[in-house]
Amino acid sequence: MGKVLLKMDHITKTFPGVKALDDVNFEVQEGEIHALVGENGAGKSTLMKVLSGTWPYGSYTGNVIYDGEVQKFKNIKESELKGIAVIHQELALIPYMTIAENMFLGNEKGSKYNINWDEEYNEASKYLKMVGLNESPRTLIKDIGTGKQQLVEIAKALSKNARLLILDEPTSSLNETESMALLDMLLDFKKQGMTSIIISHKINEISYVADTISILRDGSTIGESMVKGKDEITDDIIIQRMVGRELTNRFPKREKKDFSGAPVALEVKNWTVYHPLYSERKVCDNIDFKIHKGEVVGVAGLMGAGRTELMMSIFGKSYGTNISGQLYMDGKEIHPKNTREAIENKIAYVTEDRKGNGLILSNSIKINTSLANMAGVSSKNGVIDSDLEYHVAQDYAAKLHTKCPTVEQNVGNLSGGNQQKVLLAKWMFADPNVLILDEPTRGIDVGAKYEIYCIINDLVAEGKSVIMVSSELPEVLGMSDRIYVMNEGRMVGELSAEEATQESIMAKIVSTKDAKSA
Amino acid sequence: MNVKSVLTKYAMTIATVIVIIFFTVATQGKLLFPQNVNNVIAQNAYVFVIAMGMLLCILTGGNIDLSVGSIVGLVGAVGAILMVNHNVAIPVAMLICLVIGTLIGAWQAYWIAYQRIPPFITTLAGMYMWRGLSNVILQGLTISPMPDAFNNIFNSYVPDFFGGNGFNITCFAVGIIICVAYIGAQLSARAKRIKKGYEAGSFSAMMAKTVIICAVVIFFMYKLAKYQGIPVILIWVAVIVLIYTYITSKTTTGRYFYAVGGNEAATEMSGINTNKVYFIAYTNVAFLSSIAGFIIMARLNSANPTAGTNYEMDAIASCFIGGASAYGGIGTTTGVVIGAILMGVLNLGMSIMGVDMNWQRVVKGGVLLIAVIFDVVSKRKSS
Repeated sequence: MGKVLLKMDHITKTFPGVKALDDVNFEVQEGEIHALVGENGAGKSTLMKVLSGTWPYGSYTGNVIYDGEVQKFKNIKESELKGIAVIHQELALIPYMTIAENMFLGNEKGSKYNINWDEEYNEASKYLKMVGLNESPRTLIKDIGTGKQQLVEIAKALSKNARLLILDEPTSSLNETESMALLDMLLDFKKQGMTSIIISHKINEISYVADTISILRDGSTIGESMVKGKDEITDDIIIQRMVGRELTNRFPKREKKDFSGAPVALEVKNWTVYHPLYSERKVCDNIDFKIHKGEVVGVAGLMGAGRTELMMSIFGKSYGTNISGQLYMDGKEIHPKNTREAIENKIAYVTEDRKGNGLILSNSIKINTSLANMAGVSSKNGVIDSDLEYHVAQDYAAKLHTKCPTVEQNVGNLSGGNQQKVLLAKWMFADPNVLILDEPTRGIDVGAKYEIYCIINDLVAEGKSVIMVSSELPEVLGMSDRIYVMNEGRMVGELSAEEATQESIMAKIVSTKDAKSA
Repeated sequence: MNVKSVLTKYAMTIATVIVIIFFTVATQGKLLFPQNVNNVIAQNAYVFVIAMGMLLCILTGGNIDLSVGSIVGLVGAVGAILMVNHNVAIPVAMLICLVIGTLIGAWQAYWIAYQRIPPFITTLAGMYMWRGLSNVILQGLTISPMPDAFNNIFNSYVPDFFGGNGFNITCFAVGIIICVAYIGAQLSARAKRIKKGYEAGSFSAMMAKTVIICAVVIFFMYKLAKYQGIPVILIWVAVIVLIYTYITSKTTTGRYFYAVGGNEAATEMSGINTNKVYFIAYTNVAFLSSIAGFIIMARLNSANPTAGTNYEMDAIASCFIGGASAYGGIGTTTGVVIGAILMGVLNLGMSIMGVDMNWQRVVKGGVLLIAVIFDVVSKRKSS
C-alpha cells in the first residue's frame, strides 16, 4: 500500500437550493477497502456520482485526481474506461435478459452487427466463477435472487477490467449469509490487488472489511479518515461523528408529555408482513406498537428498515402479502381490507412519495384536496358540488399557508413544500383520527419544514394522533413524545422523549445488528 | 386571462372555425347549405356517441378500445336477425341488443380491469372476435330493409307544431329556448356563487362566451329550420353528450376517471377502487357502441357484415383532436365534440369538393398528427 489511487480534492456540488457536497476531501490508497459512512442524505451517493461522471466535469468544483491525473469525466462510460465501476444500491439489471446479456449490455462481444454469442457466454461464465456464482450465464435475471443479482453486477464490473470498485449499500437487500459471502469476496479481491470503496451505514460490516473509514455528514467530511490499526475505531466514535450535529431551535414549541395514561387510539399487535414479490421474505416481523390520543410518535430507522412497508400494510393492506396480526382502533378490532376501509376507520397515510403515489400532478389543488373524501363534497348520489369543493380547497390552502394564486392551480407547478401541504390538506379533509406521516419533510426547505411541524402540533392539539416516520433523527427527536426504533423489519426499541438522543437511537440500531451477526 | 392563454385553451375551436370558413369559401358556400349542416350531424352521430365512451377509456391512461367498430357490427347483425328474420318486437329486440353489447363490454372489461390484460390486446382480440361473429350470424349477407318503425326512432325529424312553410318554426323556437335557458343558468349559477362568497370570475368573459355559444346555437337551429327541422338523431346525440358531460364534470365517478389517468397509485391510496374504474370505462364504451349500432342500422336501413369497420379510429381521432391526453387524465366531452365536428366538417367539405377518398384519409391523418403534436409540445413548454 501507500500509493494514492484516488484523490477527490475540495469537491463542492450544489443543487438548486441545496449544497449537497461542501468542500469534500477524500483519498483512497491503492489496494485498500475504504468505507464511506454517513446518514441518509449525507452526500455519499452524490460524491460517488461526481467520481463516476454521472455528474459530469464542470457541474461541480474541485478536482478528481485518479491514477495521478486530473480526470474530466463527461459520463459514466469515460470513468468505466479508466477502470472505475459503480455498483448501485438499486440494481440496474434487466429481468428478462440472461446473465450474460446483462453483463455485456452496451459492450457486446463480436461486432456491432454480429454479436458473438459463444464468446459472450464463455466470457460471462469465466467472470461468474470469479465471483463464485454457480449459475449458467444463460439463466434469466428474474430467476435468480437479489443476492445473486448483486454478484452479477460485480461480475459485470470485473468484466470491464475494474480497478476501483464502488459498492453503494451492497448488502441492503441481502440476508446475513449472503452479506458475509459478499464481504469475504471483497477481502479476496483485495488480496489480488483490487481497490474498493464501500458505502454503508452498517457499522459491523464496516469494521469487518474496511481498512480506512471516512465519514460524511451534511455534505462535509468529518474529521480525518480513520485507519484500522492506527486510530481507535469504535462504534461510538463512528456514531458520534455520523450524527453529532447541534439541535437548534428548529421546532415549534409544544409541551411533550408522557401519554401512557391517555386512551389508546391505534394499537398494532403481532403484525407480520411478507414481501409482495419474494413471498418468503419477511418485511415486518411480529411488530407491536400503539399510539395514544393526542400523541406524536416518531418511528426512526435506517432506509430499508421496513417502516414504510409497515405503515402501508396497516393502511388497508396497500403493501405486502400474507399480512397477519391485529389492529385495534379505540380498543375495537378492525380489519381494513383496502385503503377505502382504512380511511373509513379513520386512518390516513400521507405517503413518503409525493409524486409517485401521493398527488395527481396534472390536476388542480382543488381536485387533489378532495380526492380522499369525495363524499365530503358531493351529494349522496355522487354529484359533486364544485362550489363547495372550491371552498374547501381554499379553506385548507389558507389554513396551511399553501402559496398558490388560486386552488385551480395545477399541483405539478407548486414547490415541494407547497405540494406537501396539499397532500396534508387532502388527508386532513378525510378527517382521520390517526395520521401516519411518512417522511413528511423530505426534500422541502427549512421554512416549509417548520410550517409542517406547526401543522402536526395543531393536529395533536385537536386530539388526533400522529405517527411520524422519518429518517431525519433531529426531526424525530424534536417532534415526538415517544419514539420507536425499527431495524430490519423489527421494532428494536422504544424510547421516551427524555431518554432519546441521536446516539441512543443509533445505538439501538447498531446493537441489534451486532446481536444478529454475532 | 391573456390573449395567448385564450388561444391555447381554445386552439381546437379556433382551428375548427378556420376549417369551416375555409370550406365555406372553397365550396362557394355549399358547406353551410341547410342540408349539409344537417348532414354533419346525421353522418357523424355515431362518432359523437362512441367517442363519449372512448373518452372515458382514454382518460384512464391513454388506453383505447379497438373493438367498438366490431361491436357496432355485431349488434347490428343481431338486431337485424331479430327484427327482420324473426319479427321480434322492436323494443324487445333493442333491449336484447343492448344487453348483448354491454355483456361483451363487461367481458372485455373484466380482463382489463381485474386481470390487468392490456386494453390494446384485449380489445384487439375483441375486434377480431365480434367482427367474425357478426359475419357468422349474417352468414356474410346483408339484411334489409329495417322496419320503418325502427328507422324512425333515429332517422326522422321532429314535426313542426306551428305549421311553418319551408321554415320549421318549432326548430327555431327550440333554439331560442335553449339560449334563454343557457343564459338563465349561467346567471343564476353566478348569483349563487356571489351570494355564498365564492370567486365568480370576470363577468365580461362569461358574457362573451355566452354570446358566442348562443349565436352558434341560433345559427345552427336556423339552418336546420330551413331544412326539415330538428333531426331526431340530434336529440339522441345531444342527450348522450349532455349526460356524459354531466358525469365527467359533476359526479364523483367521473372524477375517478381523471384521477386514475393522472396518477393511479395516488388514486388507489386515496381509497378509490381503481379496478372498478377501468371496469366501468370498458363496459360503458361497449354499451354506447350498441347504441351506435342502432344508429348505423337505421341510417343504412340494413345490417351488413362490414358495418362499423374502422369506427374505433374515428372515435379515437376525435378524442385526441379534441385535446384528450395520450397519457390519460386530461380531456373533456366538449373537446371531443369539437374534435368530432372538425373531423365531420373535413369529411363533408372534402366530399363536396370532390376530393378523392384516399386523399381525404391523408388529410385526416395529418390533422390527427398535428393535433397531438400540438398537445404534447404545448404541454412540454408549459411544464
